[in-house]
Amino acid sequence: MAKKYSPKMGKKELDLLTRLSNALAVSGDEQEVREIVYAELQEFKDSMHTDAMGNVLVSREGNEPIRPRVMVAAHMDEIGMMLIKEDGDGLFEFVVIGGVDPRQLVGKPVIVGRKHVPGVIGAKAIHLTTKEEREQELKVKSLRIDVGLGGSKLVEIGDRATFDTKLAVLGPSLRGKALDDRLGVFNLIELLKNAPENIDLLAAFTVQEELGLRGAKTAAYHFTSDIGIAMDSTPANDMPHFDGEENTTHNTKLDGGPAIYLMDGATIGDRRLVKWLTDTADAEKIPWQYRQPGRGGTDAGAIHKTRAGVPSVSVSVPQRYLHSAAGLVRIDDELNTLKLMHAALSRLDRSILNPQEIK
Amino acid sequence: MKFELLPFLKSMLSVSGISGYEAPIRDVITPVWQELSDRTWVSSHGSYHAIRYGAGTEPRPKVMIAAHMDAIGLMVTGIEAGFLRLTQVGGVDSRILPGQMVTVHGTQRDETVELPAMVVMPPAHLLPKDGQKGPLPQKYLLVDTGLHPAEVERLVRVGDVISFATEPRELSGETISGHTLDNRASVAATTIALDYLSRRKHLWDVIAVATSQEEVGGIGAMGSSFDIMPDFAIVIDVTFAKGPGGGDTVLFDMGKTITITWGSCDHPALYAAMKATADEYEIPLARDFAPSGAGTDAYDIQIAQAGIPVVELGIPLRYMHTPVEVVSIKDIKRAGRLMAEFITDLPLDFMNSVRWE
Repeated sequence: MAKKYSPKMGKKELDLLTRLSNALAVSGDEQEVREIVYAELQEFKDSMHTDAMGNVLVSREGNEPIRPRVMVAAHMDEIGMMLIKEDGDGLFEFVVIGGVDPRQLVGKPVIVGRKHVPGVIGAKAIHLTTKEEREQELKVKSLRIDVGLGGSKLVEIGDRATFDTKLAVLGPSLRGKALDDRLGVFNLIELLKNAPENIDLLAAFTVQEELGLRGAKTAAYHFTSDIGIAMDSTPANDMPHFDGEENTTHNTKLDGGPAIYLMDGATIGDRRLVKWLTDTADAEKIPWQYRQPGRGGTDAGAIHKTRAGVPSVSVSVPQRYLHSAAGLVRIDDELNTLKLMHAALSRLDRSILNPQEIK
Repeated sequence: MKFELLPFLKSMLSVSGISGYEAPIRDVITPVWQELSDRTWVSSHGSYHAIRYGAGTEPRPKVMIAAHMDAIGLMVTGIEAGFLRLTQVGGVDSRILPGQMVTVHGTQRDETVELPAMVVMPPAHLLPKDGQKGPLPQKYLLVDTGLHPAEVERLVRVGDVISFATEPRELSGETISGHTLDNRASVAATTIALDYLSRRKHLWDVIAVATSQEEVGGIGAMGSSFDIMPDFAIVIDVTFAKGPGGGDTVLFDMGKTITITWGSCDHPALYAAMKATADEYEIPLARDFAPSGAGTDAYDIQIAQAGIPVVELGIPLRYMHTPVEVVSIKDIKRAGRLMAEFITDLPLDFMNSVRWE
């Protein structure tokens, strides 16, 4: 049996998560997170390389004679923007990358390029707008990233940009950008640092998840694993209903613990793996919840269709306000997700994949 | 203590001071203005007054410089399952609110607690038809403090103010961004003027006023003008700079010029005198227009007591009333210098020249 592991959010952990959350790694340019992953894992890997897509693939072998090969994926990329045209006076036209609600862009501080050049996305002064205008959504095409007068020397078209939001602790919660899926990246780093001996842990820090689970596809092909698990973050729509009715379509709720997927828009969670996770959570007295079956998808959507098929499941940290300037998660939900993953991996036995277990 | 512009401006942009709740910004201005003046006091509506006595013989004429220090913001209207509902204080376009970082100033306990929070949009399926797409009406927006509902109830109550928490950031080309540059850019310019004057001889009394409640209708300026009764007033506020989605009115190039307003609130003789000073010192000064009354403190100062002649200066600013307003540091310095030169050169009989033809 693996040694007891109880994750915590101490100073060291918070520092790592802060660096991950504040990094600029928009889909297609994940270098900043790649560097953090490499630096963190130097002493905790048997092999580590970057593949053709930019995925960081790390393996850590266990010690027992028969070991299931378990691929665990977390995506490094985040939604963001790219500068596409210069208007002069430090103003740049831009497009969005990934699923960004344009309503979230207005009036926000941003950072541009590897040097994190500060900029803002402004809006026309309310004094100059009409009531009719204020009832119209501001289209991305009408917005500009403004880096200040003379800023064209500091940034250029093609640079990627993201919200300039710094990770913050709000009582029992964390508020930060790109927690989708830097929490997963954080958890995967922690799992590698505390890897159970009964499995070969095949960690995929993937790219381009936000553009259609593209990194996970090549990563899964490389690993040829017995099992695939995506660690991601999923919406907690647990806000009040406008007319006071009970909100029954919350997807997940904060404080409900890790969210285990039965079905999303990309994957039917493997039933044996779902049971393995829920049994583990119950045995370890870790709070958990089902993610309400519905749309959306994680890297599992790519992994489970790889080669001859890889039984897969997803586990997510419930999060409010994904794909905006800042998401909000409970520290307890995050730590319980890590705890559940570690406990489940530590008790994993290949026999659960017996086809007769599919009922 | 030597006055330094950038740290002072940044410290002003790092605090709240919603209209009617100006204490946090007044506390930042107080030590700096105390150092640069002979006496300071707070008006009945919370404006902050600092007087520098002139070198002329008594009774000396008085000039007032008015720059409002209050900020637009939000206020809690309800608490529901740990989330706050909100309304606006001053002019806020609701389209800028979703995803904004804010500070809730909770007063449920004896001491005010500052809670970091954010404005959020509930997902469409929890909203009625008018919340399905397009800009979300303000009544559906929520504020999330990240705290558990019981803790929110313990710390926050209806009526608590919510300020923008966007941090000030220096952008390239000597520009700066932050919330409340409207109108703390002008408070900074006024401070520059006081700093110049502290090293010069001026005959007139100078009263710098950081007015309160401008964003809800010039309330602070009304009382302050009555209290001070200056011979004339310089009102300094921000004006619209050219920028994306600018609009159809006359707009100004940020960083290239400050403005002087021409309109019904502006005394033509003061306009001409200020323009002459700008020309003499080669300070670019473009003409802004407010033909039917100013949207600034000038509107209220002009009709205080028996009437006060007013001249209005403007600092061009992008994205007014968003938490990412942008101004040029150069323009702030220009405005400060112009006011200082104008006041330094004022002869004791200057008001004899402020006449209608």
